[in-house]
Amino acid sequence: MSAWAGSAHLKIRHGISYFMLGLAGLCALVVVGALFYILGYLMKNGGTSINLDFFTQLPKPVGETGGGMANAIVGSMKLLLLASLIGVPVGVIGGIYMAEFSGKISAFILQYTADLLNGVPSIVIGILAYTLVVLPMKHFSAIAGGFALGIMMIPITLRSTEEFLRGVPLALREGSMALGASKWRTIVSVVLPAAYRGILTAILLSLARVAGETAPLLFTALNNRYWSPGWNQPIASLPYMVWNYAISPYDDWHRQAWAAGLVLLAMVLLTNIVARVVLARGSNAMPR
Amino acid sequence: MAMATTAGKSAGPRAAPRSFSARLMDGDQVAHVITFIFAASIMLITVLLVIVLWNHSVLPRNKFGLSFFTGRVWDPVAEQFGALPFVYGTLVTSALSLIIGVPLGLGAAIFLAELAPPKISDGLTFIIELLAAVPSVIYGLLGIFVVVPFVRTGLAPWLIRHFGFLPIFKGPCYGVSFLAAGLVLAIMIVPFIVSVSREVLLAVPRDQREAALALGSTRWESTWKVVVPFATTGILGSVFLAMARALGETMAVTMVVGNVTEIKTSLLAPGYSIAAVIANEFTEATGEIYLQALVELGLVLFLVTFVLNGLARLLILFTAQRGGTT
Repeated sequence: MSAWAGSAHLKIRHGISYFMLGLAGLCALVVVGALFYILGYLMKNGGTSINLDFFTQLPKPVGETGGGMANAIVGSMKLLLLASLIGVPVGVIGGIYMAEFSGKISAFILQYTADLLNGVPSIVIGILAYTLVVLPMKHFSAIAGGFALGIMMIPITLRSTEEFLRGVPLALREGSMALGASKWRTIVSVVLPAAYRGILTAILLSLARVAGETAPLLFTALNNRYWSPGWNQPIASLPYMVWNYAISPYDDWHRQAWAAGLVLLAMVLLTNIVARVVLARGSNAMPR
Repeated sequence: MAMATTAGKSAGPRAAPRSFSARLMDGDQVAHVITFIFAASIMLITVLLVIVLWNHSVLPRNKFGLSFFTGRVWDPVAEQFGALPFVYGTLVTSALSLIIGVPLGLGAAIFLAELAPPKISDGLTFIIELLAAVPSVIYGLLGIFVVVPFVRTGLAPWLIRHFGFLPIFKGPCYGVSFLAAGLVLAIMIVPFIVSVSREVLLAVPRDQREAALALGSTRWESTWKVVVPFATTGILGSVFLAMARALGETMAVTMVVGNVTEIKTSLLAPGYSIAAVIANEFTEATGEIYLQALVELGLVLFLVTFVLNGLARLLILFTAQRGGTT
C-alpha cells in the first residue's frame, strides 16, 4: 500500500518536473520566436513598401505620395562617421590602457564606470549633447548628433576592445619583450595585430548599437526634409524618420516607415551577425 | 677617490635627463599616460553628466523642491511643474514589463542552461542576444501597428469581460495604454534577463546538481530547489539590469503609451513616462524653467538607472565570484 502510494507520489513529482521543464522550453520558444516574428513582420510590410525611389528620392511634401529617404540614409552615414571619429579612437586607446597598463583597482573602477555609463538611458546622453554642443552653437546640427552617438560608443568600444586584448595569449607578449622590445612596441607590433579582428568586431558592434538610436538625436541632430550640406545643419537620420513617419496620420508615410524600419533593422542585424560570427571566429575571446 | 666623487656628482644631473629621454624613447611612460587619458574620459563623461544635469536643473529644484515629484499638475504655460504623472507612468509600465518579462526570461534561461544541449543553447542564446540589438524605434513601430491594435481589439475586451471587476482593468481602451507599453517593454528587457541569468545558472557548480539528483530529486526539483537558489543574487542582478533598461526606455514607450498627462488606476488607460515627456517636449520647451524641469527629469532618470545598474553589476560580480570559489 505504502509502496504504491510512494510510486504514485513519484509519478506526480515526475509529472510536475516534465510540465515545468516543458514550460521553460516554451518560454525559450516564445523569446526566440519574437525575433523571427519581428523579422518576418518587417520583411512582409517593409518588403512590399520598399522601392528604388526610397533610396534615391527626397521626402515629398505632406499630402503627396511617393518620395524616398535618400537624405536620411546619407544622414545616418554622416552621423555614424562623426560618432566613429569620437568613439573609435577614445574607445580603442582607452581599451589598450585597460588591458595593458591598468592596475587591478584602476581597472575595476574604470570597468565599473564604463558599464554604468553604458546603462545610462540614451535620452540623458541627448541632454548632455544638447547642453554641451547645441546650446553654445545655438542651433541643432549634425555635429551635435554625432557627438551624442560618439559618447555612447565610447564605453561599448572600450569594454569590448579590452576583452579582446585580454584574450591575446601572454606568451606572445613575453616573446616580444624577451627579444628586447619595449612595452609599447610590443603592444603596437604584436598585441594589436594579433587582436585586430577582435577590435574590428568591437567597433562594428558599437556602430550597430548606436546606428539605431533615436532618442539622443531628437534634440541634437533633429531632422531635415532636404539634403543637409556640411556638418553644421540639422540632419535627417533613418531612426528619426521611422519614428516621425510611424506616428504620422498618413498611410503613405506609414508605408515608408516600414521600409525605413526594414533597412535599419537589416543594417543593424547584418552588422551584428558579421561582427560576431565571421570576425569573432578568428579571435581568441568573445566579450558579452 | 676625489675624481670618482666628482664624476659621480657630475653624472647625477646629467643622468636624470638621459634616463628621462631614454624613457621617452622607450615610450612606455608616454604610452601609459596617453592611453590613461583616453580611458579616464569615461570618468570625465560621467562627472560631466552629473554637473550638467545638476546645473541645468537649478530653477525647478529651488522653486518646487520635493513637491516637483508629488505635484500632479504639469502646466508649462502657468509654469507649474508637477512630475507625478510621469513618475507614476514610468513605474507602472516598468513594473508591468517585469511581471511579464521576468518569468518569461527566467524560464528561457532555465531551459538554455539546464536542458538544451550546449550547441543548441549557444545558437538560441545568439538569437536572443540579437533581439537585444534590435533598435528601440523598431519595437515602437511594431508596437504602434501590432501591439496597440491587438490590445484594443483582442486583449483589452477579453480582460474587461473576465476581469472587469478589478479596478486595473476598468474603463474603455483605445489601444495606446500602460498595458501596451508594458508588453512592448517586456519583450525588450527579456534578452537582458536571459543572457545574464543563463550565464549565472551555468556558473553553478556541477556537483550541486549531481548531489540533488543523487538524493532522488527530479530534474525540475534539482533546478528549482538547488540551482536557482544558488544563483539568486545573479538573477536578481539581471532583473535590476532589465529594470534600469525599462525605466530609461524612450522611443518604444513614447510610441505606444498614449502621452496623456493623467494618473489612472486602469492599465488600459493611456499615460505618460519620464523619458517620453523629455522626448516629446524638449524641443518645444520655451522658457528657461520649462527646459530645466525636463532636465531635472533627466537627472532623476540618470540617478535611478545609475544606482540600479551599479547594484546589478555588484550582484552579478558577487555570484560570479561565489560560483568560482566553491
